Amino acid sequence: MIPFVGLLIGIAVGVFLQPDVPLWLQPYLPIAVIAALDAVFGAVRAVLDGIFNDKVFVVSFLSNVVVAAFIVFLGDKLGVGSQLSTGVVVVLGVRIFSNVASIRRHLFRA
Amino acid sequence: MTDPTSPAPAPSGWRTLLRMSRPRATKANALAGILALLLGFAIATQVHQTQSQGLESLREDELVRLLDDVQTDNSRLADEIRTLEAQRDQLANGAAGSSAARAAAEQRVDSLGILAGTVRAKGPGITMRISDPKDGVTSALLLDTVEELRDGGAEAIQIDDVRVVASTYFTDLDDGGVSASDTPLTQPYVITAIGDASTLAAAMAIPGGVTESVKRVGASISVSEEQSVTVDALHTVKQPQYARPVSPATSAAS
Repeated sequence: MIPFVGLLIGIAVGVFLQPDVPLWLQPYLPIAVIAALDAVFGAVRAVLDGIFNDKVFVVSFLSNVVVAAFIVFLGDKLGVGSQLSTGVVVVLGVRIFSNVASIRRHLFRA
Repeated sequence: MTDPTSPAPAPSGWRTLLRMSRPRATKANALAGILALLLGFAIATQVHQTQSQGLESLREDELVRLLDDVQTDNSRLADEIRTLEAQRDQLANGAAGSSAARAAAEQRVDSLGILAGTVRAKGPGITMRISDPKDGVTSALLLDTVEELRDGGAEAIQIDDVRVVASTYFTDLDDGGVSASDTPLTQPYVITAIGDASTLAAAMAIPGGVTESVKRVGASISVSEEQSVTVDALHTVKQPQYARPVSPATSAAS
């Protein structure tokens, strides 16, 4: 409940403030958001699996974000930034889909 | 991975979710809340950023593609500009040509109008006054006078209220007077002619010319050169009843 409320409050604050993303953060923010979403869906699935752990969630969330940003950063340095970004997004998207499928099986048994 | 065969009843998933989502005052839960808040903030920010994105966040290849697009657009628009400019020049030339033609036509209308006697004319010229108490002036003499004036370069001639044009004719009347184009002239005959005043006056005064002839029949004549005379009698042009214009091409073929 608290994380969900936090999410809503965050969206509201972001919409209300409309802050500009700093230049150095611009390539990483979208990927970081996708990675964080992956962590969130993974957490929901873990809850349903009965293996949820607050600490694991926090660590996986942060590590997902950092690793995703790092991969993009590395890709930019290596000159394959856009391809690597696409790759990360694809991988995270696949993970999100499989997590959502698992959640769906738990909730709807379908 | 979930095991579909595990004996988890349907409401169990929802119940688990509900139980886990109940607020618990643990540090990790608060941390998760903060992370979720950051995530929401990041999502909203990124959405806003994407909507108002400028060029600075684009990658090199995207910028190159953008540049290509812009250059293609540019050359296409330049082509369009050239086409439109050519069209504009063409139209402007056409307009200039047609206005020149119009001016020429108007000038032609003016000169033809003066020639045909359908417009009033004004300019330097002479005014002649012939008093003929003995009715000695005949139509032939007046015709001679007109011929003499034309010889002297008169461009527009008026006798009393009659404009003298190509079809004007003079007739002797039974009472000794003269009519021009069936309009009886009243004495004194006032003849106004536009042209070079001194040439016209000289043409009237040549020996054996108009002045002498008029005086010989017992009439008096006065000729005055003037800076500006007005020929304001108008000739009504009738539509020709028999004569029809022939186009140059047809006449050449026949």
